[in-house]
Parts: sequence; structure tokens; C-alpha cells
Amino acid sequence: MEKFAIALIFFTVFWGLIGVVLPFLIPKGPNRRLIQTMLILTSACCWLFWLCFYLHQWNPLFGPLLTTTDARILRELWSTDF
Amino acid sequence: MTTIFRSEQMTSCQLYLQPDAAYSCIAELGELGIVQFRDLNPNVNSFQRKFVNEVRRCEEMERKLRFLESEIKKDELTLYDPDENPDAPKPREMIDLEAIIDKLDHELKEINTNADALLRNFNELTELKHNLSMTQTFFQDAQQVRIGLSENAHEQNVDIDDQYSSTMATGMKLGFVSGVISRERIIGFERMLWRVCRGNVFLKQADIPDLIEDPLTGEKVHKTVFVVFFQGEQLKNRVQKICEGFRANIYPCPENANERRELAMGVMTRLEDLNIVLRQTHDHRQRVLLETSKTIRTWIIKVRKIKAIYHTMNMFNNDIARKCFIAECWTPNSQIDTLQLALRKGSESSGSGSISSVVNRIETNQQPPTHNKLNKFTQGFQNLVDAYGVATYREINPMPFVLITFPFLFAVMFGDAGHGLIVSIFALWMVIKENTLKKKWRTQEVWTIFFGGRYIILLMGLFSIYTGLIYNDVFSKSLNLFGSSWRVKFDDKTLLKSDSVFLEPNPTIYNHTTPDQYRQMYSGNPYLLGIDPVWQLSDNKITFTNSAKMKFAIIIGIIQMCFGVILSLWNHLHFKHYHGIFAEFLPQLIFLVCIFIYLIILIFYKWSTYQGKDATDAPSLLIHLINMMLLSYPDSPPSSTKIYNGQRGVQTALLLIAVICIPWMLLAKPIYTIIKRRKRNNHLTVTNPLASNDIEMKNHNADEEIDMSEVWVEQGIHTIEYFLGCISHTASYLRLWALSLAHAQLSEVLWSMIFHIGLSMNGYIGGIASFMVFMPWSSLTIFILLLMEGLSAFLHALRLHWVEFQSKFYKGEGYPFVPFSFKLILEETPPDS
Repeated sequence: MEKFAIALIFFTVFWGLIGVVLPFLIPKGPNRRLIQTMLILTSACCWLFWLCFYLHQWNPLFGPLLTTTDARILRELWSTDF
Repeated sequence: MTTIFRSEQMTSCQLYLQPDAAYSCIAELGELGIVQFRDLNPNVNSFQRKFVNEVRRCEEMERKLRFLESEIKKDELTLYDPDENPDAPKPREMIDLEAIIDKLDHELKEINTNADALLRNFNELTELKHNLSMTQTFFQDAQQVRIGLSENAHEQNVDIDDQYSSTMATGMKLGFVSGVISRERIIGFERMLWRVCRGNVFLKQADIPDLIEDPLTGEKVHKTVFVVFFQGEQLKNRVQKICEGFRANIYPCPENANERRELAMGVMTRLEDLNIVLRQTHDHRQRVLLETSKTIRTWIIKVRKIKAIYHTMNMFNNDIARKCFIAECWTPNSQIDTLQLALRKGSESSGSGSISSVVNRIETNQQPPTHNKLNKFTQGFQNLVDAYGVATYREINPMPFVLITFPFLFAVMFGDAGHGLIVSIFALWMVIKENTLKKKWRTQEVWTIFFGGRYIILLMGLFSIYTGLIYNDVFSKSLNLFGSSWRVKFDDKTLLKSDSVFLEPNPTIYNHTTPDQYRQMYSGNPYLLGIDPVWQLSDNKITFTNSAKMKFAIIIGIIQMCFGVILSLWNHLHFKHYHGIFAEFLPQLIFLVCIFIYLIILIFYKWSTYQGKDATDAPSLLIHLINMMLLSYPDSPPSSTKIYNGQRGVQTALLLIAVICIPWMLLAKPIYTIIKRRKRNNHLTVTNPLASNDIEMKNHNADEEIDMSEVWVEQGIHTIEYFLGCISHTASYLRLWALSLAHAQLSEVLWSMIFHIGLSMNGYIGGIASFMVFMPWSSLTIFILLLMEGLSAFLHALRLHWVEFQSKFYKGEGYPFVPFSFKLILEETPPDS
């Protein structure tokens, strides 16, 4: 549960830095507004995209259907502990 | 105030130009490219305008220059581009330029005609030479035969060299015709001779081994020399006619061997002379063309500039009373000072600096053109937006937003990090090498399209890498960077029992009696970046990703539409249409929030509360939305029972509010218009209590009647369009899911059916097979997945922006600002065509 919260906070802060803090640091020039818009939109879209797929996998309603061969391979490759 | 979010402010100016200074002022403005002139003589025929003669002269010069250019190209000389931009020449210089070009034109034409005549002469003599040499051999052979005959036949003593006597010795008088015919026609020629002359002629032929240039066509063909022997005048005429018909060139051949020899020598000397003259003519032509090639491009640019200036001056109003030209133009507010400076500079350079030209700002009701300050990065995106419709003057320009959301939505549909990497590298190459690539391949339209959109493609590629990482799809394979959240915890006994197994996220679903068989195989924490790599190996991957992608598509679609509606608020504020905020913005936004933002909230709620153990009870959000609309709350299938307490009340309230928005939007604006008109009418009657008002009132009423029905109809259309559009556009965003599914499946098919064949073989054979299989796999990847899917995703993302996003706020009824600029005019026609 903690790992979930940490990941959420980390990515939110990451995109928040890019989208909220960085626009204030853009030097004055003819393209200042444009770059600010770009940063805000990019960080908003990318964060939302990540968030949706993260939340969708948080509580899965069903699991993957593997062939027994693949299952056996994965059991050896990844071991059975998380 | 310059802002990227709106088009620039424009003023309409009147320019008063002195007749002497007008030309140079316009030349200055052309270099700067800051004004767009209005045509003040729209009803005048182009042949009746003031400067039609000058334009005609310019076109003559252009024609001659085109001819010179084609001659230079024929000789494959290089045309030198001018280093710096040549200025438009003054009117006096134009006459000099005309004279030079005229002289060159004449000279070149003369050289060409002379060269043609000489060449024809040369070819004829060559044919004659061959003719003589071949017939020489004929007659020599004939003489051998005759000698043999005469020895055998004890005839009268004949002069061996005298062919006539020899023929008389055989008792016949033969005439002959010799000439040259092309080899392909000789067979038909022979047959025709045989038929027409009934076999009474004798044809002897010999092929000329070299290729000869035909005097008439100038091509090199194979030719044959022939001699036709006949007897009598009739046959002679027939033979001559046939020769004409088959276009054989007849040459006189003296019968005397001495004469033949003399003629041959004469021909040789003439040929040598002609050769020398031809070479000299050719050299002269080369020299003339070389001289011209250095300056011709400069002249072409100069002439185009002169023509552009005179075209512009044709649009002016010539005020005879005040002895000046009046021009009307649009110019951005920020450039008015530059305009004044330019006019002053123009007046000074033309020498009449004492009386300067005047700029006068005028108020006008016409809609100004839309001008956006752009750089090479934003130009591409502005083109995308303008392709659907140029923004109305001072309306919100969607370009800064489209700049990011368009590549993002493209990437959501394209979604493969490997493909995105290739696209990014290609775009990066174009961007880094842009200065050298700008001038290449300008006639290849496909390339210019790709090159013009290089920044768009770069952004598309970069976003595709990101979405590819989130979809965990690199050439249809997944990366395992952070460790999967799923583990296989089955023992061998279970694995042997069946062909495939479901990994359970939660152990308590199935068999309670043997819990050790089903332990929790999901760690409880999702994979950190994107979709877990275990799904790539599973058979039910699509079922899982479908659900995720569809939900994301709906979420981003609704958010983009809300964003569009909020932009319309910004427009209302700017144009001070405060009634619009109440009458249009509020009902639109409230409707969207009540139905669709509520749907988003439900999606997030379902994501957070329903776990694997609740899988059978998990609600189907689609059914819930439909039931909300139908006000039905059934008890039976678990997927339709209520999700939270009070759901019925909340949903009914939301539905009610949303339904109220429909008549709100339909009625508010027309009622406002009615009230406004009534207030205006009341105001008029109060201030002008004259009798004539009755007639005015009636006219007003008549206008109002027509206008009001228009207002009602227009508002009705807008209402229906918006509310139906909300639902259909939301569903339309599902194409984000559909195309990404198609792309992923195509990519998987290519890998598993083509590349896998090579990779699955063992040993050295496997190596060779992999090498051979790479070619079809990579070429199909590029053509189908990158180009075709890329184009498809591009078009769909563009449609989503043009229709679903922009219909919420964009009017697009403006016209673009096209300044009078030499740079634009020179770029229009590619120089190498």
C-alpha cells in the first residue's frame, strides 16, 4: 500500500515540477507563453495517461491467462516471491 | 499587444503616395512584406488599368528570359543563383534591362537558325558522301562482271569506263537513280518497286554502317544506300514518285568514274569546312549562354519584382485632383512605424524627398485579415489549424493547444516505442539538417510535405515513445524494467491438469477447500510505468487492455471537450459578449459536467473500490449510464445494481439539471435579442418623437421579423448540434482505442508470423533465416505500420481536433493575411521547374 502511495506521489511531483514549477522559470522572450503552454499541456496529458493505466491495474478484476508452458517458465524465471 | 493565443491587431491605413515616389515606396514595402493592399479598382478590366503597358513589357521580358533559360538548360550549363537579394530596379533601369534581354534573345535565335541550316547542310553532304562511296563499289563490281562478260561474249570493244556503252553492249539503255533511304523502309520500298514497275527494275542496296543524322528530323538512324536501274521514261517517273513517297533522299550520281571521284573530293572538302564552321557556331553559342547564365537568375528575380510592383500599383486609386496615388492596405498595429519608415525611405531614394508620402489610419467596418506571428516551429501547426478554417479576427487561436494535444492523441493511437523511435530519428534528421535539406528535392511533393511537417513529426515520434512505454509495446514485445506484479504460484499438479491457467489476483474466489493451490498471485501494487509485462505473454491481453484504453479514451475526450468549452468562455470575455456567457457557456458546461464528468468520477470510483474478489459484482458503467438516462434502477443483474448509497437521488438530480440546460440554451439568446431590440426601439421613440418615426418603426419591425426567425433557427441548430454532438463526440473519441488496438495487433502479427520464423530456428540455419526474414519484416513494418498506420492515426487525430475539439469554441470565418512580399512571390514558383 505504501508502495502504491509512494509511486503516485513520485509521478505526480515529477509531472507537477515540469508542468507547474518549470513554467515560472522560463526566461522572458517572444516564445515565453508558448513554451509555458507546451509544458503545462505536456505534463497534464502525460500525467493523466500514466495515472489512468496505473489506477486501472491497481485492483484488477481478473488476471492473465497463460499457457502452462509459459506459466512454468515464468515460475522458474521470476520465482514465486514478490 | 502581441499574444500567441489570438491573431494580431490590424489597422486599415490609407497611403497617399507621390507619383514619382510611388514606385520606390512600393519596392520598399515589397521587401518588408508588412502590408496587404486592397484592390480599389475591382470593377476595372485588367486591360484597362493604368499600368497595363508596363505589365505587358514585363511579361515579354519574362518570356524571353524563359527562352534563354531553356536554352541554357539544354546545353547543361549551371545557372548561378544570386548571392544576395537583388533590389527591384528603378523604372529607368527597366528600359536598359529590356534592351539587353532583347538583344540576347535576337542573338540566340539567330545563332540557332544558322546552326540548324548548317547542320542540315552537313547531314545532306554526309549522305551524299556515303552515297558516292557505295555507288562507287556498285559500278566497280558491275564493271568486273562486264569485263568477264565481254571477255566471254566477244562483243564490240567497249570503253570499260563508259557505262553507257556497256549497257548498250548488252542491248539495253539503262537509267538509274541513286539515293539514301532509312533502313526500316528499304523492304517496303523494294516491294513497292517490284509491284509498281512489274519487276522491270533492278535494285541494288548496301547498308551504311554508321548512324547518320537525318537532315529533316535530326535523329540518328541507320540508312541504306540504294541504286535503282530502270529502262525508259515512264519507269523513271514511277521510280522517282516512289522514292518521294518513301522519303528517300535522291542524290545525283555522275556516271563517269572521273566525275565521281572529283565530286567525292569536293564533298570531302566541303564537309571539312562545314565541320569547322559548325564548331565555331557552337562555341559562339556556348560563350553567349555562359555569359548569360551568370546573371540570368538575377534578371528573372528583378523582372518578377517589377511586375509585382506594377500589379500592386494597378490597385491604387489615381487621384488626379491632388496629383497622388491613394492606396488602402491592412497592416498589423505593431508594424505601423516600420511602414512609415519604409515610405520615408522610398520617397528619399526616388529623389522627391521634399514632399513625403502620408500614412493615414482609417476606421472601417470590414473584417480585418487574420495574421499570426509564427516561427518555423509553429508554422506547421498553424497550417494544420488553418486547413479547416482560418480563425476569425481576434478569436482564440487553437494552435498553441493543438501543438501538444495533436501529437499526444496521435501517439495514443500509434503507441509503440520502437516505431516511435524510428519516427523520431527520421524527424530529428530532417530538423538537424534543415538548412541543407531546404533546397533539395523541391519538386517532389511528397518530400516537401514531409519536410514541411518535420516538427510535427518530431513531436509525434517523441510522444509515441512515451505512450509506447506506457502501453509496454516495443515492436510488439514488452519491457520488464521494474519487475512484474504477477507471479505464478501454481504447483506442478495443477499445471499438468490443463493447457492454460488464469493467474488469480485474489485467492478467495475459487476453491476454498484447497487454498494452497490458489495463492494471491498479484502483489497488490501495480507495475510502476505502464502495463505489466506479464500481459504480453497472456492470451487475454486484449480483454484487459481494451477496458483500460476505452476508459482512457473517454476520459481524455471529455476533458478535451470541456477544455474547448472553457476556451469559448475566454472568447466571450474578449469580445465582451457577456450575455453569451450566461446564454451559451453556462448551459454547455453544466450539461457536460452533469453527465460526462459524472461518468469520469464513476470510472475513477470503480477503479479504486472494486477488487478481484468483487469481480462478479463489478458494475458495468455503460449500463449504469444508460439506466441513468432511462431512470431505471433494476435489482437483478449484479452489474446494474447500485454502486453507492443515494445513487438514485444523485443521478436523478443530475439528469434534471442537464435536461434543463437544453431549453436554457435554446431560449436564452433569442429572448435576450428580443429584449435588446425592444429597449433600442423604446430609446428611439423617446429621443425622436417625430411623425416620420412611424415609417421607421414599421421598417424596423419588418427587419425584426425576418431577423428574429433567423435568430430562432440559428439558435435551434446550435442547441441541437451541441447536445447531440456531446454524446456522439464522446463516443467518437473511442477511435483512440480502436486504432491503438489495430496497431498493436498488426505489430504482433508481423512479429509472430514473419520475424518469429527466423528467430525460432536453431543453429546456423537460424542465423541465416533470421537474416533473410529481417527484410520482409522491416519493410512491412515501415510501409504498413509506420507509413500507413501513421497516416491513418494522423488523419484521425486531426479529425478529432477539427470536429470534436474546435466545434466547441472555434468559428473559423476569417481570411488570412497575405502581405505584399517579394519573398512570397518569388517562392511561389519553384526555380527549377
